[in-house]
Amino acid sequence: MAITRDQAAHIAHLARLSLSDDELDTITGELSLILDMVDQLQAVDTTGVTETAQVTGLQNVTRPDIITPCENPDALLQCSPHPITQHSVTVPRVM
Amino acid sequence: MTTDITTRPLTELSTHLTAGDFTSRELTDAYIQQIQAQDKTINAYVTTTFDLARQMADASDSRRASGSPLSPLDGIPISLKDVVCTTGVRTTACSKMLEDFVPPYDATVWQKLKAAGTVLLGKVNTDEFTMGASTQTSHFGVTRNPHDTDRVAGGSSGGSAASVAAHMCAGSVGTDTGGSIRQPAAFCGITGLKVSYGRVSRYGVMPMASSLDSVGPFAQTAADCGLLLMYMAGHDPHDSTTPDVPVTDYLESLRRPLTGLRVGIPTEYLIDGIDPEVLAVFQSAKAILTEAGAQIIDISLPHTQYAIPCYYVINPSEISANLSRFDSIRFGHKAPDTTDLIDLYKSSRAQGFGPEVKRRIMVGTYALSAGYYDAYYRQAQRVRTLIRQDFDQAYQKVDVILTPTTPRPAFKVGENSSDPVQMYLEDIFTASANLAGNCGVSSPLGQSQSGLPIGVQILGKAFDEGTVLRVAHHFDLSKQ
Repeated sequence: MAITRDQAAHIAHLARLSLSDDELDTITGELSLILDMVDQLQAVDTTGVTETAQVTGLQNVTRPDIITPCENPDALLQCSPHPITQHSVTVPRVM
Repeated sequence: MTTDITTRPLTELSTHLTAGDFTSRELTDAYIQQIQAQDKTINAYVTTTFDLARQMADASDSRRASGSPLSPLDGIPISLKDVVCTTGVRTTACSKMLEDFVPPYDATVWQKLKAAGTVLLGKVNTDEFTMGASTQTSHFGVTRNPHDTDRVAGGSSGGSAASVAAHMCAGSVGTDTGGSIRQPAAFCGITGLKVSYGRVSRYGVMPMASSLDSVGPFAQTAADCGLLLMYMAGHDPHDSTTPDVPVTDYLESLRRPLTGLRVGIPTEYLIDGIDPEVLAVFQSAKAILTEAGAQIIDISLPHTQYAIPCYYVINPSEISANLSRFDSIRFGHKAPDTTDLIDLYKSSRAQGFGPEVKRRIMVGTYALSAGYYDAYYRQAQRVRTLIRQDFDQAYQKVDVILTPTTPRPAFKVGENSSDPVQMYLEDIFTASANLAGNCGVSSPLGQSQSGLPIGVQILGKAFDEGTVLRVAHHFDLSKQ
């Protein structure tokens, strides 16, 4: 299935990727090739077949509802490339 | 002590360490020498941890000297694919996105191997976020095949396979989502085990496609892989997809004979375009098993041709969801000079991710978007059910399934890199096992006339690693 450059640009926006004009040209063609390949799936009759979302057969894996402390929250915060103020990540203005 | 000791299989090294023939420090120093001599050419390691390795080796020697080793693996030097989080040691997924990322915690699999006394030599190369079949998408350049440095080591776990094959460690941990352990093991002439989904915890291992990812060992022999797996596998409260299935003594299961074992040959796998030398090795594998008293049975896996298209819907869909976490807020590359929050997300991701990662995020975002979800993602999940059922029915008639691991030996560096669809076909014999969640091993059985290794794949039922390793062990014995 061929997709258009405008469609590719819209998908890039949804995926939060800023692509250059060249990248968009290339990826539009590549997406069409890949979609052509996966379009083979449309030939399979799946009437009445249930979906496989996972293979373990496990259901409702829970643990006791007990609060356990995070060992080192500041070490996790240190992973952020943004300034840390009062144990919080400072991000650019949202509005 | 010479570097000769680096060529020996892991289980043999374990015996020598126990006997006191050499120390872990001597062994570790020998591997470090080997890395310093070889790795400029091979490029398996993206980060080396030699100081840490020597400290860990010394600590191991003290434990062995006082008669209290932690396990048979105590003092064994290993490498870890650079998606396995290691406290204080840079873990990059071989992406610019995480070039400077130092995790504040250990992946469960590393915690367990550390608790068994293994020694960390360093972190090894992979395709960016494990997306590829050649390590050519790595931010740190391609890993070369130790058997022919014009050729790739395979991928995505090419660094793991090459580090073992070039005797730059005794064993390694990699990940397999569609063939990323088995294919590089075959290309590099070593053993690589793709475990059943959930057999080894994925906690702290950077995810690609969460319903397909598995973490498994690489080493020279099936016995080596079995020993490693005993200290990697098991239920983990941090990973709710690890069923509480007991971890058995895989070395014990190797010793059992193959008499009466039912080996399935799927007719759909013998496609046109398989390299004749690969086919010859595959035929010799059948002969070896027949000789050992196994029963060869033709079987059918009718939906085989849909495995690759099914995989390349589910895989990018899960990637697009998983990699949305890389927003440059909590970790990862942050673009400078952005105007607002959306621009920060978009620019950071554009700069941090390479072309293959972007491609898969785009495909997945498309497949999951409104109006296309049913046609792509839901349909792929249904085809996945049919593929699983094929295997379930086959395993009523046979105990294991034998196939070539790859259609051809290692390809040249640069080949396939401009055609994503061609590269995706590298997974043709391997991806089904991930869709079904079963286990499989690639065993090095032969080589081409030009000296390139050729592997055979033994697929098995979920949580039946003992049986596939037993068959691979038999291939190991047949070469002696």
